Parts: sequence; structure tokens; C-alpha cells
Amino acid sequence: MQQALRIPVSSVEETDGKDAIGPAEAFRPVRKPSVSPAKPETRGLPLVIRDLRKSFGDNQVLRGIELEIPAGQFVAIVGQSGCGKSTLLRLIAGLDKPTSGTISFGDTAARSEDIRVMFQEPRLLPWARVLANAEVGLGRDRKAAGAHDRAKQALEEVGLAEKRDQWPSVLSGGQKQRVALARALVSGPRLLAFDEPLGALDALTRIAMQRLLERVWIDQTFTAILVTHDVAEAVALADRVLVIEDGRVAEDISVDLPRPRRRGSAELATLEGSILGQLLGPGTAG
Amino acid sequence: MSLIESLPKVRKLTVPKADGLLPWLVPLAILLVWQAASVAGFVSPRVLPAPSDVARAGWKLLWSGELGRNIWVSFWRASIGFLIGGSIGFAFGLANGLSQLSSKLTDTTLQMVRNVPHLALIPLVILWFGIDESAKLFLVALGVFFPVYLNTLHGIRTVDPQLIEMGRVYGMTDGELFRRVIFPGALPSIFVGLRFALGIMWLTLIVAETIAASSGLGYMAMQAREFMQIDVVVLSILIYALLGKLADSASRLLERLTLSWHPAFSKH
Repeated sequence: MQQALRIPVSSVEETDGKDAIGPAEAFRPVRKPSVSPAKPETRGLPLVIRDLRKSFGDNQVLRGIELEIPAGQFVAIVGQSGCGKSTLLRLIAGLDKPTSGTISFGDTAARSEDIRVMFQEPRLLPWARVLANAEVGLGRDRKAAGAHDRAKQALEEVGLAEKRDQWPSVLSGGQKQRVALARALVSGPRLLAFDEPLGALDALTRIAMQRLLERVWIDQTFTAILVTHDVAEAVALADRVLVIEDGRVAEDISVDLPRPRRRGSAELATLEGSILGQLLGPGTAG
Repeated sequence: MSLIESLPKVRKLTVPKADGLLPWLVPLAILLVWQAASVAGFVSPRVLPAPSDVARAGWKLLWSGELGRNIWVSFWRASIGFLIGGSIGFAFGLANGLSQLSSKLTDTTLQMVRNVPHLALIPLVILWFGIDESAKLFLVALGVFFPVYLNTLHGIRTVDPQLIEMGRVYGMTDGELFRRVIFPGALPSIFVGLRFALGIMWLTLIVAETIAASSGLGYMAMQAREFMQIDVVVLSILIYALLGKLADSASRLLERLTLSWHPAFSKH
């Protein structure tokens, strides 16, 4: 199933290194804990942002973001509400236009199917069955042959194959978000932007979804950018945590811990504490 | 033993049947009470003839072919007027829901026209068209136009903007966006308009036929009044009720077929 989801994308080096991994081990993270730039086996898009600014009227939300994200990295963006983290994500995803500055995706020209967004809400079409909702993610390939099969495979990937003929209204919140993930994955994106996709889920579903996100990221080697206000989630998932303050990157912390990371481990807690301290100001977080 | 075995079976058989008949219980009871009151002499046949007399009158008219002809004429007028007014209303609703320019251009005018009671136009319409078919079609179309227009417009304007953004992000063209997101999203509201429109359709038609026509159900009732055939008048009124119910059931069926995704309409 992992094979089928690896849709050949025109300009990337195919994921040769991963063929050594049998399907059974597909869920096991085999990657090294890495902050090392540009892993050779990745097909993710690298991202370079130069002096990015965005204002809404008089309100300057982003004041000159400088950022380089190597291909295939998992980056979490944290910050207080209104710090501009969601705006940054919307600019990267092409949902809004920057006031000034540039966002470029390496040397290769990115197709619109290469960049996908997962929103805080599932945003499924209530009048389309689960399978049809996943097919929406194929973009221009929707009408191509095999669209059905690709959507089915994407649903299998998120563990919802048996729900494909259901209406979204009968699914639970976590299941809806998984369909939304399948929709985002089905085109084989090279960059996936997550806008607090787990914010509305209950604690247990949330942890299950975090594992699922990590698994598909390892499986499909896209570049992941996760906006979240949950610092624990950020350090559990990301290679690198960016703290945004006043429209600028205030901190750039690499999380050099092996995967799978054990939730509640001392290292994670220490890291979380120090980032929280940064966010809330000195002396407020333990 | 056999009794116990048969119990659940009996239940299974009777429950759905009773469910289907339940809505007809009240109309049936009213008919029975009415018949009993007439037979007992509580109600004078000059005020309200017994249901059996009404049925007899209906049978007679049915045999002479008069009833069928009049129902057919009314039905034809209703459907054609509905089609014309409904399509124009739907088209304007789409245009004004999708295009700012179109909305700015026409919405104010339409809102002004909407507040004129369309039945108040009957004298003018008779002067324009006389009492032939076009007068009735015009009035029905005008009456049907507004509920369809308003609800289509409302439906399109209230489609979840997050879904529209999602559609754009996932590379839908304008056509696809309309077909897959906007139209299905507006459909529940369009159906509300449809059901309002069906009610107004009968109302307008009957009033128009009563005032100016030489055929149709309204005309039949008017004729009967002139000859003091109160049973035929009551018959016409009962037929209106049945036709209205029929139109409503048809639109409900359509709703169930097209809105099966909607939790409020899903039956299976």
C-alpha cells in the first residue's frame, strides 16, 4: 500500500532508499534523528523564505521572516495567538499573497498538487462520500484513470478503507480529520502544511493522530510544516521548532531526539519546558 | 407456542403499516364526524353537504368528463407557470448569488417588485391579457418567482466559505467549484424555496381561475356557486387540498433522493 501511494512526481529523485524497507516495517521509523539538511532519499520540497512581510491594512503581521527549510524536514511553528504563525502558513500554502518578500521551493517548479494544506477543520464536502472526498485531493488528476484506486489507497493509509462509502456526517471528529489527511496525501504532495489540524480533537485521538502524521511523513518523505499552539506536540513530532514572535522568527530550536519519541520522556519535557519559558516569558513555565 | 412465535411477526407487520396510515388518521376522523353530523341533521345540507353527497357529485362530474378536464387544465396551467417562474427565479438567484455585479444591478429592483402583492395585479393583468391562458400563466409565474429566487440566492450566499476555500486550494475550476461545492451546498435552501413556491402556485392559480377563467378547477367552483351546487364547491376545495398534498409529497421525495447526505433527510 505504501508502494501505491508513492506517486511518481515528475522532477524528483525517486525514493530509492526506502525500497529496502519491507511493508511490515513501514510504520517503524528507520530514519536517523536528523537535523542534517537535505536527506538524499527525500522527495520533499525545500523551502527558502526571504524577507517575507505581510500586512493587513495598518497591521503588520509578518515583519521580515528569514527561513530555510531543507527538503523532507518536519518543522513545527509555535507562538502565541496572533503572532502570525497561521499567516505564515497561509502564505507558504499560497492561500494569501505576501505584501513583499519571496517564497521559493528550491530549483524545481512546484505544481499546485505538490503543496497541500490540512486545515484545523476537516472541511469535507458533506454531500460527497468519503471516497469522493479523498478524490478531491487529486486536483487536476481527478478525471484521470486510476483516480479511484489512488483515493482508496490513501484511505487505506489512514486506516479508513472500510468507511469509503459513508457520508462524512456519520464519522467521528478524528475520522473526519483522517479523511482530510487522506485527501491531502492522495496527490503525493512534496510539501504538506498543517494548520493546527489536531486542535479540535480530544487528547487520546490527538495522540493517535500525531502518530499517524509521523508515520505518513516517514513513509512518504514530504516536507512537513506544522503550525500548533501545543508545544508538547511540536517537540514530539518535529525535527525543528520555530518560535514566532512579533512577526519574526525569535527562536530556531533543533530537536535532536531519536524517533519514535516516547511521550512524557524527560528530554521531551525539558525541551518543552524551555520553549514554553520562551513563549510565556521568564519565570512562568516550569 | 404458536402464539408466542407469531407475536413478533404480527408486530413487524403492523407497525410499519400503522406508521404509513398515521398521518391520514386525522383527515379520516374529520370526514367521519362530518358524515355523522350530516346524517344526524346537525348540519344543514345548504351549509355543508355530507361527504357522501360530495362524493356523489364528484362521481357524476367524473363520469361526464368535466372533472378530469378541469383538473387537467388547472394542472397544466400550474406546471407551465411554475416552470417559467421557477426557472427565471432560479436563474436570477444563481446570477445574483455568484456575481456581485448582477446582484447590485438587479437585487434592489426585485426586492421592490417582491413587496407588491402579485394578486393585486389581477385587474392590470386582465386588461393586458384578457382572460385567456397567458394571464394565468403570468400570475403563477410571478408568484412562484420570488420564493425560488430568494431561497436560491440565500442558499448560494450561505455556502460555507471554508469549503469554497478548500475547493480552490485543491485546484477546482470555477465550473467544478459550482458543481461540487456551491450547488450541492445551496440545494437544501433551494428545496425550501421550491416548497413555498408550490403552495403559492396553487393559491395564485385558484384565485386567478375564480376571478377570470372559462375552465379549470377555480372556474368549476365559481360556476357551481352560481347554480347553488354547494356539493361541487366543497368538492373543488377538497381537490385543492389533495393536489397541494401531492405537490408537497413530490418535493419531499425529491429532497430525500438528492439530500440523502444530510442527517435531517437520511432515511437509510
